[in-house]
Amino acid sequence: MPGLFSFSPFEELEQLRRRMNRLFQESLGWEPFTRPGGVYPLVNISEDHDHVYVRAELPGVRPEDLDITIKDQSLVLRGERKIPKAEENVNYHRRERESGIFRRVVRLPGPVNPDKVSAVCKDGVLTITLAKPEEIKPRQIKVTTA
Amino acid sequence: MAEQELQPKIKEEAPAKGERVRPGQVFLPAVDIYETPDSLVLVADMPGVAGEGVAIDLKDNLLTISGEVTPPPAGETLVVREYAVGDFYREFQLGELIDKNRIEAVMKEGVLTLVLPKAEKAKPRKIEVKSG
Repeated sequence: MPGLFSFSPFEELEQLRRRMNRLFQESLGWEPFTRPGGVYPLVNISEDHDHVYVRAELPGVRPEDLDITIKDQSLVLRGERKIPKAEENVNYHRRERESGIFRRVVRLPGPVNPDKVSAVCKDGVLTITLAKPEEIKPRQIKVTTA
Repeated sequence: MAEQELQPKIKEEAPAKGERVRPGQVFLPAVDIYETPDSLVLVADMPGVAGEGVAIDLKDNLLTISGEVTPPPAGETLVVREYAVGDFYREFQLGELIDKNRIEAVMKEGVLTLVLPKAEKAKPRKIEVKSG
């Protein structure tokens, strides 16, 4: 019968999740419930006057395991997290860390200069610094009295 | 065999243990703990933590590891935030007696490897089963 099942509990939950996220985002600036469907690695993007910064937590990943490319307004992060094999005579109590590959596209908030991109891996945090092209940098407007 | 694709994990907050001096959230680092005949080895992911930011304490078989992250530089406006940044803290009740003087810790690329050698008398003794 049409109309009998118009209430979808999952949609209600999804709406609640979105509203909660919005509430948190507006008051605290962060969301407690990441949208499902996120891709590894999770990134934080920030910017200042001249640069855009993309950061990702990649513990144990070395520069040689990373492959970063940039095209237009997208960054492609590919790589592998390797965990060295334990020796023979070893028994596990806990196993929470994972190894594997990742391949993710990060959409940048605005245009960048593809020739001025640098990436640093420090203490397991990858920081990619991208320079904003000159044309789009906010320009100070001088106010003069007539 | 195809390589496994990594899935993003949301950081879990460490249970509150009294108020801290530094502001911000505290998370549980993901750990692998395994045992060799001679020692317990603990490997913890603490990205953003440098060697100097790590603190390890072992008292009465309670092992505490904590890491202080270097905060991101000020002056940047956040545009997208998919993960939270904060210090790490975790406690473990060890079932083995550890020789505290021979504990080794290495912090590299955000991964802490802690080798806890078992105290002499805690090493497993093979029990001879005699028939008769």
